[in-house]
Amino acid sequence: MNFYGVKAIYNFEMSRMRRTLMQSVLSPVISTCLYFIVFGSAIGSRMGNIDSIEYAAYIIPGLVMLSLLMQSISNASFGIYMPKFSGTIYEVLSAPVSYVEVVLGYVGAAATKSVILGLIILATARLFVDYSVLHPFWMLSFLVLTAVTFSMFGFIIGIWADGFEKLQIVPMMIVTPLTFLGGTFYSIDMLPEIWQTISLFNPVVYLISGFRWAFYGVSDVHVGISVGMTLLFLVACMGGIWWIFKTGYRLRT
Amino acid sequence: MQPDISVKNLNKVYEGGFQALKNINLEINRGEIFALLGPNGAGKTTMISIICGITNLSSGEVRAAGYDIVKDYRKARGTIGLVPQELNTDSFETVWNAVSFSRGLFGKAPNPAHIEKVLRDLSLWDKRNNRIMTLSGGMKRRLMIAKALSHEPRILFLDEPTAGVDVELRRDMWEMVRKLREDGVTIILTTHYIEEAEEMADRIGVIRQGEIILVEDKDQLMSKLGKKELRLQLQNKLDKVPGELILEPVELSEDGYELIYTFDSQQEQAGVARLLRTLGDIGIEYRDLRTRESSLEEIFVGLVHEQAAG
Repeated sequence: MNFYGVKAIYNFEMSRMRRTLMQSVLSPVISTCLYFIVFGSAIGSRMGNIDSIEYAAYIIPGLVMLSLLMQSISNASFGIYMPKFSGTIYEVLSAPVSYVEVVLGYVGAAATKSVILGLIILATARLFVDYSVLHPFWMLSFLVLTAVTFSMFGFIIGIWADGFEKLQIVPMMIVTPLTFLGGTFYSIDMLPEIWQTISLFNPVVYLISGFRWAFYGVSDVHVGISVGMTLLFLVACMGGIWWIFKTGYRLRT
Repeated sequence: MQPDISVKNLNKVYEGGFQALKNINLEINRGEIFALLGPNGAGKTTMISIICGITNLSSGEVRAAGYDIVKDYRKARGTIGLVPQELNTDSFETVWNAVSFSRGLFGKAPNPAHIEKVLRDLSLWDKRNNRIMTLSGGMKRRLMIAKALSHEPRILFLDEPTAGVDVELRRDMWEMVRKLREDGVTIILTTHYIEEAEEMADRIGVIRQGEIILVEDKDQLMSKLGKKELRLQLQNKLDKVPGELILEPVELSEDGYELIYTFDSQQEQAGVARLLRTLGDIGIEYRDLRTRESSLEEIFVGLVHEQAAG
C-alpha cells in the first residue's frame, strides 16, 4: 500500500478546498440557508405538519441530502477532471499508485469535504429550526455512505467528461431534478398512487427516506431497503471505476 | 551488468490502427546519458510514455531497473522520474507544495532537506512559497525537473527538457544533467537540439517512423559517420580542379580560390598527406588551410533522409 501516495492526493485535494473556501463551503451553506428561510420559516409556517413533524424540520434531511449529493459529485468530478484538463494527470499515471489508492485519495477527499459541509449545514439549520436526531449513528452512517457513493459517481463523471459543460450536465440535469422529486419537500405518500409508484424508481427517494428516518423515525420506504439501495449504487460505482482503470478509459491511451 | 532500461519487441498500435512503435529493442545502461533522436511523430514520446506507465503497450516487454513495468509496476515506476515535454503544472499551488506532492505520490516519506536541496540546485529556493502561476517559463521548466527529482529516481526521462529555454538556462541544465549522471542517475533524453545530444550524450539512438534505426556510442558514431572537410585557400586562382586530383574527393569553390577536400574521419591522415604532397608536386601554393568536422545534426539528417529514401 502506497500510504504516502494516498496521503499526497488526499492532502492536495483538501488544500484545494481550503483555497476555494467561498466556493466549496460558504456558497452551498448560504444556498441551503435560503431554502430554510423560504421553505422553512416563510412558507413552512403556513404548512401543516407531515407525519407529525413540523414542516421546517421535515425538510432538513432532504436539504442536507441535496447539498451532499451535489457537492460530492462536484468535488470528486472536479478533483479528477482538473488534472486531466491541465495535463498534470501524467504524474498520477506514472506514479507507483494502484487505482484503489488513486480512488482512496480523490474520493476520500471529496467525501470528507461533503461530510464536513453536511455537518456545517446541519449546525446552521439549528439557527432556523428546532430539530432532533433520533438515530445519530445511522444519521452519520447515511451521511458518510451517501458522500462516498456519490463521490465515486462524481469521480466517474470527471473521468468521462471531456469539457466543463459535461461536468455540469449530470448534476444539473439529472441529480437536481431527482432530488427535488425524491421527497425533499414532501412525503411521497402525499402523491397520487401512480406518482408514488413512479417515485419508487427514483434512487434519491431511498436516500432521503433513510436519512429522514435517522432523524425522526419516519420514512417513505423501509430503512433496510434504503440501506440496500445505497449499497447497490455504491457497488455499481465501484464496478464502473474498476472498469475505467482496467481499460484505461479516457486516462491511458 | 543488467541494463537500467530494457525494451524487448515493443509494439504500440493505437485504436485507429496506427502503429506508433514497431518491434523496438533497446537497452540503456546504468549511469549513462542516452539521447533519443528522431523527427516529429517518430515515436519518442510514445516510447517514453509506455516506459513511464502513462500509455499502455500493445505487445512486448519493458523493464526498468530490472522490474517489469506491468507486473512489477510499483517498483519499476518508483525508480523513474519523468520531465514531460509540456509545462503541465497546477497553477494555484506553491512551488514547495507541488514538489512535496510529487515526492509523496511516489511513496516517499517527507524529506524537507532533500526538497530544499533540489530547489536550491535548480535555483528555485527563493520561489518556494510562490504560486506556480507567477513563475516564468524557464522557472516552470525547472520546477518540472524538481518534481521529477523529488523522489530521488535512479532513472530520469527528460522529454525535450530545454524546449523554449534561453541559452544560459540551457547551459545550466546541461550542467545539472551531468551532475546527476555523476551521482549515478541514468538519463534518457529526447531533444530537438541536436547540439544538446552532441554536448551531453554518451550514446545516441535514432528512431524514425516507430523503428529504431541506429543505436551507437556518440563518439563512434561521429567518427564512423562523420565527415571532415579541409579547405585550402590558394595563392592563385584556378579555373578547374587539376587533373592530378581528379580521382580525389576535391571540389573547387566558385571563385576559384579555394579547394575543398571532404573525407571520412577515419581516413584522415593518409588522404590529407597525399593531397598536400600532390599539391606540392604540381606547384600549387596555398596560404591558409582549415578543417571542419560535420556535426551530429548533419549525421542525423543524413541518416534520417537515407532511411527515408531507402
